[in-house]
Amino acid sequence: MERTTGFDSVTALILATLILSFILPTAAQAKKLNVVTSTTDMAALTQEVGGDKVNVESIAKGYQDPHFVEAKPSFLLKLRQADLLISVGLQLEIGWLPPLITQSGNPRIQVGAPGYLDASQFAEILEIPQGTVTRAEGDVHPLGNPHYWLDPDNGRRIARGIAGKLSDLDPQDAAYFQQRFQDFDKRLTAAEQKWDSEMQPYRGRKLVTYHRSFPNFAKHFGLDVIGYVEPRPGIPPTPSHTLELIQLMKRENCKVVLVEPYFDLKTPQSIGRQTAAQVVVYLPSVGGEKQVTNYFELFDYDIALLIKAFQVTQ
Amino acid sequence: MTQRLTLLLVFLFSVPIVAQQSTATASSERPDAATLLQKIRDLEDRVIALEGQIRQLKGQPAAAAPAQPGGTPESGTPSVAPAPQGQQVPSGAVPSTGEGVIQSVALGGAGGSAAKALNPDMSMIGDFIGSAGHNPFRPSPSFEMHESELGVQAIIDPYARGDFFLSFGEEGVTLEEGYITLTALPAGFVAKVGKFRGAFGKVNTMHNHMLPWVDRPLVNNNLVAGEDGLNDAGVSVQRIIPAPRGLFLELTGQVFRGDSGDQQHPLFTSPRKGDVSALGHLRTFKDITESTNIDMGASYSQGHNSAGANFLTRLYGVDATVRWRPLRRSIYHSFVGRGEFIWSQRQQLPFEQRAFGFYTSADYQLRRRWFVGGRYDRSGEAEDASRIDKGFSAVLTYWPSEFSQIRGQYRFTRYPGNIDAHELFMQVMFSLGAHGAHPF
Repeated sequence: MERTTGFDSVTALILATLILSFILPTAAQAKKLNVVTSTTDMAALTQEVGGDKVNVESIAKGYQDPHFVEAKPSFLLKLRQADLLISVGLQLEIGWLPPLITQSGNPRIQVGAPGYLDASQFAEILEIPQGTVTRAEGDVHPLGNPHYWLDPDNGRRIARGIAGKLSDLDPQDAAYFQQRFQDFDKRLTAAEQKWDSEMQPYRGRKLVTYHRSFPNFAKHFGLDVIGYVEPRPGIPPTPSHTLELIQLMKRENCKVVLVEPYFDLKTPQSIGRQTAAQVVVYLPSVGGEKQVTNYFELFDYDIALLIKAFQVTQ
Repeated sequence: MTQRLTLLLVFLFSVPIVAQQSTATASSERPDAATLLQKIRDLEDRVIALEGQIRQLKGQPAAAAPAQPGGTPESGTPSVAPAPQGQQVPSGAVPSTGEGVIQSVALGGAGGSAAKALNPDMSMIGDFIGSAGHNPFRPSPSFEMHESELGVQAIIDPYARGDFFLSFGEEGVTLEEGYITLTALPAGFVAKVGKFRGAFGKVNTMHNHMLPWVDRPLVNNNLVAGEDGLNDAGVSVQRIIPAPRGLFLELTGQVFRGDSGDQQHPLFTSPRKGDVSALGHLRTFKDITESTNIDMGASYSQGHNSAGANFLTRLYGVDATVRWRPLRRSIYHSFVGRGEFIWSQRQQLPFEQRAFGFYTSADYQLRRRWFVGGRYDRSGEAEDASRIDKGFSAVLTYWPSEFSQIRGQYRFTRYPGNIDAHELFMQVMFSLGAHGAHPF
């Protein structure tokens, strides 16, 4: 760097930060792995397999639209200490995560570095657009639907992937992570059997969701999503589309409208009134309500809501 | 590539099937339904894992390439590179089936059929402005394709990313920004090398399409080199400074060649090689609640001006932003209140000119697609601080989608001598392709 007269103070400041920076990072090298995830669901799964060998923190809150998180500098404070960053991928976080990664000053979590994990690689992805993709279809995700974690089988696959990554980063605790995964797998399989049998009577039931955030859940439990409140992903409801949707719901005898907690309820409620449908605010993510603190409780909560709605509209 | 992947798929499918058959015949025992089901599940998992690997392969093959230093295409040892998870199978399989793929990855060469996947993100943002009214000092054409900004952005390698923004006027092109960001420096440093907007306050760092207005505030026009702003070729180093209690502190130091601004808005010039300009910026940020935060900054810059050899211009700036966005309804309502205060000391004959200017603005998101805002402007002129321009604007913005917006702005300006200008602007902006997100 070149210098001219008159800004020795700037140089001094830069030198001071240099010195500071060499003292401080060593303190951060605690035993636990610092994991930052983009969403709470990834955090919940990481917590399952990481146990007390990891510190996990999510950037987005469970009740927040994961497409539109603000890339606040306070998140940089978390990212600069992270050993591992887990993203949902498929461009869900394209609007906010890339600048955070770039500005974090943390080489470990850069895309392509060992501390960056795109969890979508482990999961079954639905609605991958075929052929040409244009934005006339709204805010489409060209790599497929990024709301893939609401399928317990995908949860298992992601957890397995995360356990593998944690083992790579912390080989000494590999056996611990594998054992945690086995345990999670067992509990999940048991829970899955319970959920499957609870949902069994409602297979083939029709519903409408606000955003396309439900395909993996619907596929797993055999539900039929016949339409969306949004005319196109990311485009707010329009009167003409709402009318069409109401007619479709009447024709198909669809009585349930699912809404993510971050959308306005006005349009769904008017649809509900005109079709005698139940409007249900379901949770797409862990932490959407205070009592939903882990991956199991997320399904417990949503399945209870759905069953109630299906029973009322029998 | 597709052929190889198909081969790989066929291979991986066939292995378990063969294995299953052989075990079945060997033990001559009919496997019960549960084990079969389990096997199908395992197979399903493997297919999904494979699909994931293919997506990874299509999406970001650049990551594995630099880890394999040149030559030895036929080494066939998959363990050479600590390839990221999800790429281990392909990196082992590729050398044995196809040669000339990996070693052809040279600087600037994508190589093989992965070439298209390695294309950078391309975007084009159109900015059309129509205006009505009369302004004797800053005339605007009736219709103008004000700017077409071409963005070309990509991750270069695991250590850096590159960003180019070319700004096309109706005639002529300028390199608005073009820089490499070094993201893997030790000790938490982030460096930029290239031509970029200086980190002086807020508005100076923003591209036109990021502004909440059609124009830039008077103070930026008068004191910080107008629309192009403090924008120069140089080097930038920034680092987060550890601070207690969740306070975010970041220090940025930048050195430029020393040329900023144009004929209408001169700021720095560097007729001699040593006339570099320098910039320092300190930023603090604090979350008050999960939906409210405060962002403040202090900036300093100095460089040589056109008044003569060894005449300096010094700029001091303070900026503050308050943001509010309720997380549960984050796409419907938000508020941004902002102010920037800038002092300019310009050495010239006969006296040094000390000009001061500021703007304050507020923008409120009424509904998902509607924004309303206002701005108050007041600024001295850099070369004659006694001349003070004042004004205010009212803005209404509508977003049909995230990728287009329509904006109307009424602007009133009072120039020295009570010369008033009333203007109406109509702006249409539209975005094509993948434009990388800008820093907060």
